[in-house]
Amino acid sequence: MRIDCPMCGSRDRREYYYQGGAVMLARPAPDAGEAAWDDYLHLRENPAGETEELWQHDGGCGAWLVVTRDTVSHEISNVALAEDVKRAMRKAS
Amino acid sequence: MRFSGWRVLREGLTGNKGWAPHWRDPEPKAEYDAVIIGGGGHGLSTAYYLAKNHGMTNIAVLEKGYLGGGNVGRNTTIVRANYGQQGNSEFYSHSLKLWENLEEDLNYNAMMSQRGIINLFHSDGQRDAFARRGNMMINQGDDAELLDREGVRRLLPYLDFDNVRFPIYGGLLHRRGGTARHDAVAWGFARGADQRGVDLIQQCEVTGIDIENGKVRGVQTTRGAIRAKKVGIVVAGRSGQVAAMAGMRLPIESHVLQAFVTEGIKPVIDHVVSFGMGHFYISQSNKGGLVFGGDLDFYASYAQRGNMPMMEHVMEAGMTLMPMIGKAKVLRSWGGIMDMTPDGSPIIDKTDTEGLFIDCGWCYGGFKAVPGSGFSFAHLMATGEHHEPAAKYRLDRFRKGRGLMDEEATGSQHNLH
Amino acid sequence: MRLAGKGLVDRSTPVQFSFDGTTYKGFAGDTVASALLANGVKLMGRSFKYHRPRGVLSAGSEEPNALITTGKGAGQEPNVRATVQEVYDGLVTRSQNAWPSLDFDVMAVNDLGAPFLGAGFYYKTFMWPKRFWEAVYEPVIRKAAGLGALSGKSNEDTYERAYAFCDLLVIGAGPTGLMAALTAARAGADVIIADEDSLLGGRLNAETGAVGHQSGAAWAAAVVAELSSMENVRLMSRTTVTGAYDGGMYGALERVNQHTSHRGGGAPLECFWRISAKHAVLAAGALERPIAFQNNDRPGVMTAGAVRAYLNRWGVTPGKRVAVFGNNDDAHRTARDLAAAGVHVVALIDSRNDVAVPDFDGRVFKGAQVCNAAGRKELESITIRTATGEEALQVDCLAVSGGWNPTVHLTCHMGGRPTWREDIQAFVPTDGSIPNMTVAGACNGVFSTQQCLNDGVEAAKAALKALGKKNADVEVPKAEDAPYQMSPLWAVAGKGRAWLDFQNDVSVKDIKQAAVENFRSVEHMKRYTTQGMATDQGKNSNVAALAMLADATGRGIPETGTTTFRPPYSPVSIAAMGAGAQGHGFAPERWTTSHKRSVEMGAPMIEAGLWYRPSYFPKPGESTWRQSCDREVGYVRNAVGVCDVSTLGKIDIQGPDAAKLLDFVYTNMFSSLKVGRVRYGLMLREDGFVMDDGTTARLGEQHFVMTTTTAAAGNVMRHLEFVTQALHPEWEVSFASVTEQWAQFAVAGPKSRELLNGLLDEPIKGESWPFMACGPVSVVGVEGRLFRISFSGEHAYEIAVPSRYGASLFDILLKRAEEMGGGAYGMEALNVLRIEKGFITHAEIEGRATAFDIGAAKMISAKKDCVGKTMAARPGLVDEDRPQLVGLKPVDAAKQLTAGAHLFERDAEAVRINSKGHVSSVGFSPDLGTMIGLGFFARGPERHGEVIRMVDHLRGVETEVEICHPVFLDPEGERVRG
Repeated sequence: MRIDCPMCGSRDRREYYYQGGAVMLARPAPDAGEAAWDDYLHLRENPAGETEELWQHDGGCGAWLVVTRDTVSHEISNVALAEDVKRAMRKAS
Repeated sequence: MRFSGWRVLREGLTGNKGWAPHWRDPEPKAEYDAVIIGGGGHGLSTAYYLAKNHGMTNIAVLEKGYLGGGNVGRNTTIVRANYGQQGNSEFYSHSLKLWENLEEDLNYNAMMSQRGIINLFHSDGQRDAFARRGNMMINQGDDAELLDREGVRRLLPYLDFDNVRFPIYGGLLHRRGGTARHDAVAWGFARGADQRGVDLIQQCEVTGIDIENGKVRGVQTTRGAIRAKKVGIVVAGRSGQVAAMAGMRLPIESHVLQAFVTEGIKPVIDHVVSFGMGHFYISQSNKGGLVFGGDLDFYASYAQRGNMPMMEHVMEAGMTLMPMIGKAKVLRSWGGIMDMTPDGSPIIDKTDTEGLFIDCGWCYGGFKAVPGSGFSFAHLMATGEHHEPAAKYRLDRFRKGRGLMDEEATGSQHNLH
Repeated sequence: MRLAGKGLVDRSTPVQFSFDGTTYKGFAGDTVASALLANGVKLMGRSFKYHRPRGVLSAGSEEPNALITTGKGAGQEPNVRATVQEVYDGLVTRSQNAWPSLDFDVMAVNDLGAPFLGAGFYYKTFMWPKRFWEAVYEPVIRKAAGLGALSGKSNEDTYERAYAFCDLLVIGAGPTGLMAALTAARAGADVIIADEDSLLGGRLNAETGAVGHQSGAAWAAAVVAELSSMENVRLMSRTTVTGAYDGGMYGALERVNQHTSHRGGGAPLECFWRISAKHAVLAAGALERPIAFQNNDRPGVMTAGAVRAYLNRWGVTPGKRVAVFGNNDDAHRTARDLAAAGVHVVALIDSRNDVAVPDFDGRVFKGAQVCNAAGRKELESITIRTATGEEALQVDCLAVSGGWNPTVHLTCHMGGRPTWREDIQAFVPTDGSIPNMTVAGACNGVFSTQQCLNDGVEAAKAALKALGKKNADVEVPKAEDAPYQMSPLWAVAGKGRAWLDFQNDVSVKDIKQAAVENFRSVEHMKRYTTQGMATDQGKNSNVAALAMLADATGRGIPETGTTTFRPPYSPVSIAAMGAGAQGHGFAPERWTTSHKRSVEMGAPMIEAGLWYRPSYFPKPGESTWRQSCDREVGYVRNAVGVCDVSTLGKIDIQGPDAAKLLDFVYTNMFSSLKVGRVRYGLMLREDGFVMDDGTTARLGEQHFVMTTTTAAAGNVMRHLEFVTQALHPEWEVSFASVTEQWAQFAVAGPKSRELLNGLLDEPIKGESWPFMACGPVSVVGVEGRLFRISFSGEHAYEIAVPSRYGASLFDILLKRAEEMGGGAYGMEALNVLRIEKGFITHAEIEGRATAFDIGAAKMISAKKDCVGKTMAARPGLVDEDRPQLVGLKPVDAAKQLTAGAHLFERDAEAVRINSKGHVSSVGFSPDLGTMIGLGFFARGPERHGEVIRMVDHLRGVETEVEICHPVFLDPEGERVRG
């Protein structure tokens, strides 16, 4: 498996750290309530198909990435910098 | 038909013409008292215990592929009760007791072999952590022994004790742990359930769960609608998809775990051995293959196959721990889909829908849990009450933070357990 | 028997090797199998279950029978395919799975018991009496298990791993692969062509047909020569592509020195390659399948293609009187080639009625079948069944062809399922099974040499197009050819056992019995009968077994199921895939600047994270570690001790929002910290449990240095990256790990200031460096940093200098300390010092502890949000009944405490439900003259002074302990401030 880091180019999976679903970008407000936090930390869509995930190029530039990947074929269709995605989320909301 | 040495002898003398199917292939009925979704190890054992312990025989197991086709047939066959956290400790203790009488119970030789498990440790800190766990095991009534380096050397002289990156300080020995023939466990439970009247329906995929007014009414399948008063979801690897049919989201992320087997070689490893400085566990099967595994590939996956980085990492661990296995050749690798939960422990619980129950989230502890999970889930489905050894496997523990069983102490990130 | 003038072996280079103690002669280019056949040896192995005598079946890595053990001592290697292993001078080989000898194998008695040992028999028996399974049955079964044996000795050979990158990976160097490689290489693509054989050319080396104006082998050699001369081509012979993985990654095993006697040193025996290919062409050819009939496993029964390979490539005829039996035209070639070479072809038996057969001197049977074979250790005769009856023929070799199976294996590795093709009665790869792979030639069901050549060109063109490269002109030579026609024949009807999976002794009867017992799914059948589970992974038998199952269940083959294959294509040694990890290579090693000196002082070094740290520094006269430890504790409590603390993570944080970041990742406030001051901080994971702790110093308004524990340094760094990129990209803050840039030493004890003042260019005066002060200093002329912090409760400092000065500063500090009655202290003393003061480490914050548990609930600031704050407030995390941090003192005569023991109420039985906590850390306090410990106990803080019970079943320790405050020494903290 290889991932195209927007900073460094195509690199072996060994250089990357996987964290989980990209929902972790949307941290709830401290007072958002039990259900919102349960959603954020525990519950997962966990699709058998395309999904957005958070990876970090920790063996490289250190960038956190939002990787769009299919969990059945493992095909990667998009890689974006998490900070760009987060900024766009901010703008949209 | 009862299996025995005499039966094998008699059939052998008469041309092996008298063998009968291990189970029937019935057509699904229109209605059952209960339906189990998933004909894997846990589903089959649930059906078996529903019939045996609770007299529920008008039930069906619905399997989209073939019986035992999931993780029960693709694991490293390790059976143990060496957990350190309340909740897990009593559950696996109960499950191990069931294992110890499984052959007699099922009249099927699942080859449960208590060859002993040794978890190695490589620092004083690790020793203390293992001591805490071993003491929990004994508190629970199970067995554990703390071996020092020489004690390990006596049992496992082939390990690399000298000039190695992470020297061996000792090991936690669990004599009652061991291995079993994985497929036979599924087949034994299937045959036992079938003999008690349970309908095992293969090639029958559940496509929907019928719910009315908060109560479950049955399921839709590729072989037609089936009404049922109770429905149990036992589909590790597909838990999220099936639960979604009932509008549920689960605290689960699916991951791939690889395992490996070498060509058959003459016996060299008698125990189950695990490395403490990298995930690696190994045993040798009765056919001679070294069966071993390591950690998750760490990315979400439903592909039932892994990639080279983790494969190589597992081999590296093998080479640093026991370099005498270097010339054994890996014959086959495979992957299973693990229901990873935020504390690494499973779920056996009711749902918000009346009559709908769920058994999932086994991470990679599912095989050893097969009898215990079925026993406890059957108890819950039949009586509506939690079975004491599995009483802590609640869905709401993450939300409330109460009764978390984080054996690896790695926190709520699903793939770190 | 070797034939004069035939074959491609180098007759000018004779080679001697041994098999079962007998020395044989072969030639360079021989495999063990070809050389043994040349020497008239037919019996090469025993089967797994029934120990039936077996000879070689094939001429490739798919061989199920002729498995041998090579080498001696630690070099012993089991289960080597005699059909792959090349001979070299001094090669030692042995047969396996036979005792006392291959010729007379006691375990062959199993074959007589076969009626009782059919498919799955063991699931039905060995259950009574219960204890006999582990005591009697299983040990006997295990003893019989396996084929060859490992030496039991640690590996001594060299293995390697490597990466390679290419535009196009061509897998297989037969006619298809060579044409594909040539086409792509001439177009300028970076090409890797890999083939598991030592000689590239594939079937061209085993056949007599011409390609262009020369023999196929000569044409292949010419192409190989051209490819070798090109800089953009890497030819990898003896290299098996073992697996296809995500993103164009392929695993490959190169048998670098398996064909030579070079061992050890710089010459790797094998190299495991990870090949990253933008595109791949699979040109892996096809594997011939046998036909099942009674006793079809007798030594001398071989695949027809293998017989041709031995004849044409190695100049060996496996028999003097040969019969050929097939269901397809390809088999005819064997009769033709043998006859042309002067070998007596007794008969050609074709199962089809209307076929044209070549002209030769032997008998021809059409519409006939071989239904039995005789000759236990060497084929003596076969029985032919024709429309008119049965007839026995005296032969010593039977060449069999049941048709060819495309080598689809790699296309199944990513979950692809092959497609059934009725015309060739075989599975072919399904399009798109592996992204960016083109399947070509025989492995795609193309069984004509000419078409394979064409297909290779087309596949390369497709790859070039995908790569955006222009085509080059390649002329496709004309190849001698014959069409491949066949009619299905899987098994010959009849009594007796007809074998499918040779190695695992699975017969047609076993498949039928499995079906009767309702193991009707392919997966059930395989698992129940062990069909396809042997070392060849069903390469020779899976399709036939599927056909038998289809037959037994009344279904067609495609309805019955498909066959799939998992990596690796052929087995790969653990040593190759784990190369480099043996001994110290498993994980990186990190050394502090004081490492060398510590080792010189005799300190045992222990692992901490990836670092090594000194456990203690023994002095002459000390016989136990405790003596050293007590002395070192005394240095710190009474004089001055020096300890290298460089392994702690150090993160330099700068920017206008640096304080904001710290406020967010720590539970307590850092924005209020004054410049020149240090503060202890507690960090939570987002789920509310404690992640790490440490001190952070404010060096400037926008400049902090955070320290982490040694173990968590990487996690904390990643956490900060996550917070600043994924949660708060708007913050202006930058940070970098500076752990390795600074060497840092704790100087602790009442004389620490005095010691430092001898080194600092501007000595510490009065209150110029109060407790928790920090700032730049000049130490012996070097710019460094000084922190007045303490992990021992004593007046103490940590002094940091750029790493290049670390070793000399350590020496200076040590010398001064010793002059002042102190010295170096190691991890053991550090541990005692911190337990005496109730300071926690990862023994306490092991991942399941909350701030509440460690008595730090108040450290979660109410004035701000922080990571983990919300979840830390979950009811389960602040439950009063949770075990909480306490100090522990033994109160009975045993005076013992052990970490990992559980804690119970004084009168409670030591069982699970009564466990109310555990002991996390223990040490002997020389100051208090007793063992002390830290631990957790339910509602512990309310119960100081009470006596409870500690039970360590494992170590046999049971004692009464008193709960106390976790700070044992100087609870007011006077020393640290003094």
